[in-house]
Amino acid sequence: MALVSRGFSGRRRDDDVKLPPGQYLTEDFPVLSAGPTPQVRTERWEFTITTETGEEHRWDWAALRALPAEHFTTDLHCVTKWSKLGTMWEGVSLDTLFADVETTADYALAHSYGGYTTNLPLEDLLDGQAWIAFSYGGEDLTAEHGGPARLLVPHLYLWKSAKWLRGIRLVNEDTPGFWEGVGYHNYGDPWREQRYWGD
Amino acid sequence: MSTNDDHLDANAAGGALRELFSVDLTAAGTLCATCAHSFTFAEALLYARAPGLVGRCPACGEVVFRLVRGPGRAWLDLRGSTCLAIRMPEGR
Repeated sequence: MALVSRGFSGRRRDDDVKLPPGQYLTEDFPVLSAGPTPQVRTERWEFTITTETGEEHRWDWAALRALPAEHFTTDLHCVTKWSKLGTMWEGVSLDTLFADVETTADYALAHSYGGYTTNLPLEDLLDGQAWIAFSYGGEDLTAEHGGPARLLVPHLYLWKSAKWLRGIRLVNEDTPGFWEGVGYHNYGDPWREQRYWGD
Repeated sequence: MSTNDDHLDANAAGGALRELFSVDLTAAGTLCATCAHSFTFAEALLYARAPGLVGRCPACGEVVFRLVRGPGRAWLDLRGSTCLAIRMPEGR
């Protein structure tokens, strides 16, 4: 039995909504994971931004929750071809977390509890485009969806929105992450259908 | 930090690996690049509900292979495995 995902071929067309090319609409919230689900207790949770010079900015859970949070509604597009529209979240904008970070780096590598990594241009994390989210649908974010806190960068395919976020390293040289190093697109814009290398 | 788990055994990756190789890699022996544990591919812990197949070492849980299948292409990352021991037919 071949278990390699062949793109989870679209089974449904919904002409009433505008979806990125090749995507189909889903109402549920599929759970994808490349390993065991980390169970991270908020008492032990921490998040760090590490600059290219090694300077560390660190928040524990209380410090994160003391920052101004935003409620936002956004669409999610997974590279396995499902899209989920109008998802409701609460989290802290990365603009807030980067407010006192001095850097000239162009790239970011997000890393997670459990070892997952994903790379992005730093500019895609700023200007109201990305959050650390800790609530989904009015409830605490569950571990299977990346709780206690995950990255959300909804203008890119969802693999860029690292679950169980632990930190962001700022780097001068772009370094492929967990999926970008094995065939998935380095940037991952769903509206340009950048799924795989060369797309 | 603790984890819960939801994996298959990597025999379930046999079909996907047979698409790439003419030998049955699930029977191949390998060494984990992280902990040096020796095992067959079939013993790896397979995570299949993902954008690709991810095999993890049954001893330490680190990734030993990643296999992504796209239209007309496949990518196999074996950097977590240091060596493959593949049974070959006798005859030379």
